[in-house]
Amino acid sequence: MPRVSLTVNGKPVSAEVEDRTLLVELLRETLRLTGTHVGCDTSQCGACVVHVNGDSIKSCTLLARQAEGAEVVTIEGLAAADGTLHPMQEAFREYHALQCGFCTPGMVMSAIDLVKKNPQGLSEQEIREGLEGNLCRCTGYHNIVKAIDAAQQVMHGKVKELPRAAAE
Amino acid sequence: MGFEGIGASVKRREDLRFLSGRGNYTDDINRPGQLHAVIVRSPHPHARITAIDTAAARAAPGVAAVFVGEDMAAENIGGLPCGWQVKNKDGSPMAEPPHPVLAIGKVRHVGDPVAVVIAETKAQARDAAELVSVTYEELKGAPTLEAALKPGAPAVHDDVPGNVCYDWHLGDKDATDAAFAGAHKVARLELVNNRLIPNAMEPRAAVGEYDTMSGEYTLYTTSQNPHVIRLLMGAFVLHIPEHKLRVVAPDVGGGFGSKIYHYAEEAIVTWASAKVKRPVKWTAERTESFMSDAHGRDHVTVAEMAMDANGKFLGLRVRTLANMGAYLSTFAPCVPTYLYATLLAGTYTTPAIYAEVKAVFTNSVPVDAYRGAGRPEATFLLERLVDQCAIEMGLDRVEIRKRNFIPSSAFPYQTPVALQYDSGDYGATLEACLKAADWAGFEARRAEAKARGKLRGIGISTYLEACGIAPSAVVGSLGARAGLYEVANIRVNPTGSITVFTGTHSHGQGHETTFAQLMADKFGIPMDQIEIVHGDTARIPFGMGTYGSRSLAVGGSAMVKAADKIIAKGKKIAAHLLEADAADIEFKDGRFQVAGTDRAKALAEISLTAYVPHNYPIEELEPGLEETAFYDPKNFTFPGGCHIAEVEIDPDTGVTHVVNFTAVDDVGRVINPMIVEGQIQGGVAQGIGQALLETCVYDEDGQLISGSMMDYTMPRADDLPNISVGTAITLCTHNPLGVKGCGEVGAIGSPPAVIGAVVDALKDHGVRHIDMPATPQKVWGIINANRPRMAAE
Repeated sequence: MPRVSLTVNGKPVSAEVEDRTLLVELLRETLRLTGTHVGCDTSQCGACVVHVNGDSIKSCTLLARQAEGAEVVTIEGLAAADGTLHPMQEAFREYHALQCGFCTPGMVMSAIDLVKKNPQGLSEQEIREGLEGNLCRCTGYHNIVKAIDAAQQVMHGKVKELPRAAAE
Repeated sequence: MGFEGIGASVKRREDLRFLSGRGNYTDDINRPGQLHAVIVRSPHPHARITAIDTAAARAAPGVAAVFVGEDMAAENIGGLPCGWQVKNKDGSPMAEPPHPVLAIGKVRHVGDPVAVVIAETKAQARDAAELVSVTYEELKGAPTLEAALKPGAPAVHDDVPGNVCYDWHLGDKDATDAAFAGAHKVARLELVNNRLIPNAMEPRAAVGEYDTMSGEYTLYTTSQNPHVIRLLMGAFVLHIPEHKLRVVAPDVGGGFGSKIYHYAEEAIVTWASAKVKRPVKWTAERTESFMSDAHGRDHVTVAEMAMDANGKFLGLRVRTLANMGAYLSTFAPCVPTYLYATLLAGTYTTPAIYAEVKAVFTNSVPVDAYRGAGRPEATFLLERLVDQCAIEMGLDRVEIRKRNFIPSSAFPYQTPVALQYDSGDYGATLEACLKAADWAGFEARRAEAKARGKLRGIGISTYLEACGIAPSAVVGSLGARAGLYEVANIRVNPTGSITVFTGTHSHGQGHETTFAQLMADKFGIPMDQIEIVHGDTARIPFGMGTYGSRSLAVGGSAMVKAADKIIAKGKKIAAHLLEADAADIEFKDGRFQVAGTDRAKALAEISLTAYVPHNYPIEELEPGLEETAFYDPKNFTFPGGCHIAEVEIDPDTGVTHVVNFTAVDDVGRVINPMIVEGQIQGGVAQGIGQALLETCVYDEDGQLISGSMMDYTMPRADDLPNISVGTAITLCTHNPLGVKGCGEVGAIGSPPAVIGAVVDALKDHGVRHIDMPATPQKVWGIINANRPRMAAE
């Protein structure tokens, strides 16, 4: 079987794969990075989104061999070494933007890319449109949109601390 | 307790693992030596199996085994059992045809499992599954209610004439007929409650493992209720004694009802793991989910309301056809009966109600409870019919509701359809919601939208639902083959921290947080001293799991009961240590105190004494501080409330946008407002999905047309508005927490509000009702067919 070599969450990895092996299969089954999920088989749900060379990619749409030499970041690689969460992770927690947690890794990875690629800032409607590729069945998206809005303020350096959710 | 106790929006302790990719879902579990299973499924809606040739598959690389239905039948493996028996009008039992784990002789829906291929890798199993050659003799299929009830329709089961599973009724027919005979006016409505596919984001998965030394089986599965699966699969299907069967439901990625049921794949991997003597894993592809997860709803109904001259409801008559699918899923029969017709009084004083329900087998995926389960169907019917009543009487939609509300002074209120409501204040939720949604200011918004070329409408629903289905003896008399209590075991550890083992299961609801808050409040210790354990039959006592918004009302009540036992025992230990009478000991803020003195012992001192009983009333008390309580509710709980939707329609495209959605719900006492708000928003999203986007489509032969997420319209972020949620509560009177349940209210209350808004937006286009989903195609068609004519046309 052919071998593929790439960097995943900052570490070089190398593995034998079939030609048909998908990147998500390499991550989940070979590397046991099970934070990246598979929620559909038609590239609709976005649970499998990871970053490949800085872009958010549905890892079910990429063959593992196409990631040869790539820098891949998964949900497991987001937090700092000391455990400090990425502002997007922190915002999801603060705004109750997850329930069952299954769509969450893909949602967080998509949201980070969406915010990064829009340094001018996103309106609520633009956030909603930017989430076209990610399905959530639990939250109704309301709190996901709020979380992304809060996180973008930190990521763009507009505020130092994540704005807190209103207390009940 | 203040900050982290009851009423605090504590952030969820589950979140860190989910946000870090460290969740432990079933497909994340890999057992040493594990093989992979792929199921061969019927591509036909209805066919006889004339031959299955598995030789090529068996010879394929990596294949360990291939099994078909006859292999299981040869070992006397049972069919999948049904957990509820409904009786016909004449008292005879419903038709209950066998539901083989793997098809035997005949397939009855697209996706019916025919064979399983087990191989070293999933890819090898998939390749080999392609080599299983099944010869079918195709039969005419009947996937819909209409097709299955036609004279001469194909028989889904050879021994079920006319495809009727049961013909059931509830209520007083004579009294209802009399009400209609004396009516001033009658409103009538025919409607469809569209078939839905639940689509929890995590596809179902199962890993079976057999220990050849101990003879013990372990099943890891995506279940809302591991003990129910253990009982059904062990006792009825595989004949494994319960003490040799462990079922683990780890992190589960959403359920919405679809993961209550015992599914074929659970039995297949468990059974096969002993045959091949290695762990066997199966994970659904989404396409399989569409054709094998139990679907929801699918009713066709005719309803009529009789009214007096003041618009007071006198009688309600309902005839419903309910699609069961090809086989009876675990709780399917109770959904269109006891979870449906019993809700037909709603929030109104209608004195006479008569409902007839005919359940029908079809060549489609089995239908069972999906978020709301029967109550959304009842609510949609009733609230849409009330809107027709308003039209018939020339009354405002709010006014006719007010005239018919059960007054807040009337509780406990006995309905004519078996239920007795314990508490509620429908006027309060209505008024709060009208205000929050600015109902009074709507016409100005309609005019403003019109100026922009948009059709704007507003809709309202004042619903009621029933949660925490119970008591066991009553549901048993109605055909349930299970108890509906819940259990909690509380273990106060020697150093005073607490482990709580609950029979409920969390698959998104945040129990690990809410229950810890509840226990922190009860025991007066910080939340971080409390652990909540669920989902593993080897750890928890026998509990019934999570569905029907029951976890807090039933499971939380069991916890309170067990905590009270702990506190009672603690008082006796404290009395001994403090040389006081147990009756004089008060428990407050984590301390056992002699009333009126400063003499006290902390919970940790009491627990240490209980486990190191040197100075201890050993003659009178056993050592240790651990208690179990089972709680069997006295009644259902009855959440209710008001939902108001506002939509805008683009007349050129027929696209409907929900622009405002406001909910004010009475869910009883709220433990964590943040979580409750999230539950209601999620429910409303599914309700809006049903109203505008989602529908399961079979073609006339029974091919599943909406069989992927490219074909079945799941709500996306830009399909939904912000969802404003408020509460106006009354307490449940019969459980110790006063809680009612919040998991399903969103999906129950919202669809009629949305459709009411669409109809209101189109009121100048001659429509009084639109069936769900109100797709752009449907709405555009209505606008185009009924365009107000210009003079020149």
